[in-house]
Amino acid sequence: MLNDSDRIFTNIYGWGDTGLKGAKARGDWNKTAKLLALGHDEVVERIKASGLRGRGGAGFPTGLKWSFMPKVVRQRPHYLVVNADESEPGTCKDRDIIRHEPHKLLEGCLVAGFAMRAHSAYIYIRGEFVNESRRLQAAIDEAYDAGLLGKNAAKSGWDFDIYLHRGAGAYICGEETALLESLEGRKGQPRLKPPFPAGVGLYGCPTTVNNVESIAVAPTILRRGAAWFSGLGKENNTGTKLFCISGHVNNPCNVEEEMGIPLRELLEKHAGGVRGGWKNLLAVIPGGSSTPLMPIEVCADITMDFDALRNAGTGLGTAGVIVMDKSTDVVQAIARLSYFYKHESCGQCTPCREGTGWMWRMMERLVRGEAESHEIDTLEQVTRQIEGHTICALGDAAAWPIQGLIKHFRPEIERRISARHSVDAVNAAE
Amino acid sequence: MPKLTVNDIEVEVEDGSTVLHACEEAGVEIPRFCYHDRLSIAGNCRMCLVDMERAPKPIASCAMPAGDGMVIRTDTDRIKKAREGVMEFLLINHPLDCPICDQGGECDLQDQAMGYGFDESRFSENKRAVDNKHMGPLISTVMTRCIHCTRCVRFATEVAGVPELGAIGRGETMEITTYLEKTLASELSANVIDLCPVGALTSRPYAFTARPWELNKVETVDVMDALGSNIRVDARGAQVMRVLPSLNEDINEEWISDKTRYAIDGLRCQRLDRPYARGRDGHLHPVSWDEALKGLAAALRKAKPDRIAAIAGNQADVESMFALKNLMSRLGSSNIDCRQDGAKIGGNRAGYLFNSTVAGIDEADALLIIGSNPRIEAAVLNARIRRNWLSSRMPIAVVGPKVDLTYNADFLGDDPSIIDALADGSHKFSAKLKKAKRPMIIIGMGALKRTDGAAMLGKARQIAEVCGVVANGWNGFNMLHDAAARVGGLDIGFVPSRGGMDIAAMGKAAKASRLDVLWLLGADEIDFEVFSSSFVVYQGHHGDAGAHHADLVLPGAAYTEKDGIYVNTEGRVQYASRAAFPPGDAREDWAIIRAVSGIVGKSVGFDSLVELRAALCALHPHFADADQIAPAKWAPFGGRAKLASSPVGYAIDNFYMTCAISRASETMAECVRASGVENVAAVAAE
Repeated sequence: MLNDSDRIFTNIYGWGDTGLKGAKARGDWNKTAKLLALGHDEVVERIKASGLRGRGGAGFPTGLKWSFMPKVVRQRPHYLVVNADESEPGTCKDRDIIRHEPHKLLEGCLVAGFAMRAHSAYIYIRGEFVNESRRLQAAIDEAYDAGLLGKNAAKSGWDFDIYLHRGAGAYICGEETALLESLEGRKGQPRLKPPFPAGVGLYGCPTTVNNVESIAVAPTILRRGAAWFSGLGKENNTGTKLFCISGHVNNPCNVEEEMGIPLRELLEKHAGGVRGGWKNLLAVIPGGSSTPLMPIEVCADITMDFDALRNAGTGLGTAGVIVMDKSTDVVQAIARLSYFYKHESCGQCTPCREGTGWMWRMMERLVRGEAESHEIDTLEQVTRQIEGHTICALGDAAAWPIQGLIKHFRPEIERRISARHSVDAVNAAE
Repeated sequence: MPKLTVNDIEVEVEDGSTVLHACEEAGVEIPRFCYHDRLSIAGNCRMCLVDMERAPKPIASCAMPAGDGMVIRTDTDRIKKAREGVMEFLLINHPLDCPICDQGGECDLQDQAMGYGFDESRFSENKRAVDNKHMGPLISTVMTRCIHCTRCVRFATEVAGVPELGAIGRGETMEITTYLEKTLASELSANVIDLCPVGALTSRPYAFTARPWELNKVETVDVMDALGSNIRVDARGAQVMRVLPSLNEDINEEWISDKTRYAIDGLRCQRLDRPYARGRDGHLHPVSWDEALKGLAAALRKAKPDRIAAIAGNQADVESMFALKNLMSRLGSSNIDCRQDGAKIGGNRAGYLFNSTVAGIDEADALLIIGSNPRIEAAVLNARIRRNWLSSRMPIAVVGPKVDLTYNADFLGDDPSIIDALADGSHKFSAKLKKAKRPMIIIGMGALKRTDGAAMLGKARQIAEVCGVVANGWNGFNMLHDAAARVGGLDIGFVPSRGGMDIAAMGKAAKASRLDVLWLLGADEIDFEVFSSSFVVYQGHHGDAGAHHADLVLPGAAYTEKDGIYVNTEGRVQYASRAAFPPGDAREDWAIIRAVSGIVGKSVGFDSLVELRAALCALHPHFADADQIAPAKWAPFGGRAKLASSPVGYAIDNFYMTCAISRASETMAECVRASGVENVAAVAAE
């Protein structure tokens, strides 16, 4: 279990002052200029050395991502874009960072922006986060008033501006290139890659898009040292992570824990355990709605980190842990997720536009058992036809939960189909 | 130049190519819906997926830049499955109503379903239905068939420059629509019909009239403007059913204007299908060819040679003008003019050509437009200017009233004094022209048909010389004609020679009752009142203004009904071909003139089109070089007089109605109505 002294987000529950004064008391904005004095490349090197992997879901090494930015600023300025469009079902960590630790994010913007030679950062915040955006804007204003942002930000000699932009409520705008499109004022649809944003990003300029959490932890990593961060967690899965535990646990919560903590320990120590005891557990979705679920057998000794979960056929994603006990209609639960992806597909490319609707409709029938058992295979094939064939990862995200369901709960689906068939047979006989 | 391996075949492609190009280079066909050579890459249909070595997922070949050493496979099981998967997705919500779809037989989805489709559907849900959208009188929509490739959206935004087409909604509820269901305000709008790979956007006037395999297809040349767009005329029997663009990289690429495409229904209305003569009652009565020709011969014999004149209209073919010129000179008259709008042009060839060539627009880096609205006068050419501007943001200035050209232009004003300032190099735009490496001037009929047109031309030449528009093998002095016949007419010298009268002089002579016979070769756009004392012969294909004012009507053939030569605004000689026969007793125009010559006993020296062309080429050798442009030598032209003070305008104000065919076209009339052109009433009255 993580020592309190190793916590980065010491006010994640908002028990202390969330304003600048409180943040400073907790160590934020403490000699930020000294961090910047390390120089652009050294900051990147230290983040690389810390082993920090992106907290937005894909787990790409953050320092490496920063290093893709051109080393020299040419005619086009560099931009840092912070992805605060947190919309993944089961995930609510960025919201709490913005609510209660906004200055960690702002200081992180300055540090990260400096590292990639950007003078401005855009924070793209989810449209539904109305109060959060007000809170964040207030924090930005506070920071400007205190000279921490703007010209010669935090007396570092680096000019830095932060702009807050509210989205209009589309899940797809959390995809980094769709976010850039939306930020530019266009329809939120992912761009083709290559070119990657580090070459051609916002307004055609070199851009790095990072998750809120990845940015917010950067100043602390620099202050306490890369070795401290990489000493936590497991190899290649270092540091601490905010886990969002929801569903059928006694005490749903956000909690910062070490990477690689066993799932069972995470649930029992922080969330009060599964409702009705561990044996009442049906399945866990470990990393937000797009990761395949794990049945209780897998949950028993899985550790919560990128690699272990990937090896188990699922993923850490955003670490949005959705716990389902035996009272759950698991087919209905996944059907609901399918509806979500059908609703949120941007409609740009064929497999996702057409496939998400098809999958959802089939899932709805499977919930009621109104299908033939061979249609389970059809559904499985349809998920394979979508997976990997789309422009962005939304297609994959829509396909995976269903693949997980069929892999682990096929007997349950078949039971429903045969139950329905016998009801139909009885009705027909009458 | 990256080298790649595609299915074990090594290919080398140009820098900046995509994997799709490389595959084509290797002879591997890649199925696609959204990709189009002339549009930006969308990569959304996912049909062109290929396997790339070391890539975990299939890649969209249309969007992936070709890199050195790439190993591409298109024949793996994974790729076959991926494409079949995409095809299945495209078909699940497609209505499969091919039997009642106009795209049937020329549908990309149909064709590719043959290669990648399943024989039965696994989709047992309800199909999506989408409301049809109103896109004006030209485009018929069945949006349920749409596969969301966004070609139409990209065409409208990028090529046509009207960003009013777009997608709303998302996921499976995404729909392609125009802004507030408005007609697409573009002269190029109907090209989206060709671009649409399915039957979502089809041709409204052509709807349900023919199947592609019933049509006789003839490659020919358009005469609706002076660009000479290459077209394919599809005819069934004697009727022209539709016009489609035909590829010519140097002229129209693969676009045509809406008028080129849709004025053809005018070929069915108001046709002159037999000769007419004006009787004593003042009305036109049908007569036989024999009577008509004899009547004309008598009038010609009776008149003194210098009291005979001929005017060629805007769509006359070179052969008929050549025949008429020969006949007139045999009759002893040099009163001939092919400039019915009175433009003061002719003489030195460099002085009336689009010298840089149309393709040369791509190289220009500064542009001055004088008295021309290229969007109206040559819509396809305007798209080329826009494309250059999009990539280079070259400075563009216009002398003339403010209009929307689909690109940003600096409207200097319509005061002729601006032209004076440009000519002496004191205008601030002169500096931009001077600085440019490939400066370009486009001068239009709006400036040249003025009474001071010759002076305008002289000033334009002066601007060209002062600003280095003609230098180092580059000639950026361009005249944009609005009549398909004009350059050909000027090339053969269908203008008054020494002592002859031009159209203005003919008018004066007629007013003084000193013009006995006026022969109009398809000339409809002149002031007929001044010729009321003359015996007017109208030879043409439509009962338009010319026929109404004529004393004798000789029915000729329209451009789709005869083999003919046309020279476009850049001086490119193009041979048009017959796609259908003229209606009734109408005849090919050169043959009519030949017949008259026989009866008046003044031989023109040829008895067949072959002989006519031989005579033409002997006199003007460049007519033998079809599709070639010989650079014209730069030599003085234009007048030196002072410019008049009246403002510079444009030649055409109603794009949709510029000739007898388009005025007779119901579709064009609907376009006028839909576009809300202000002079609808005036047009209707005419």
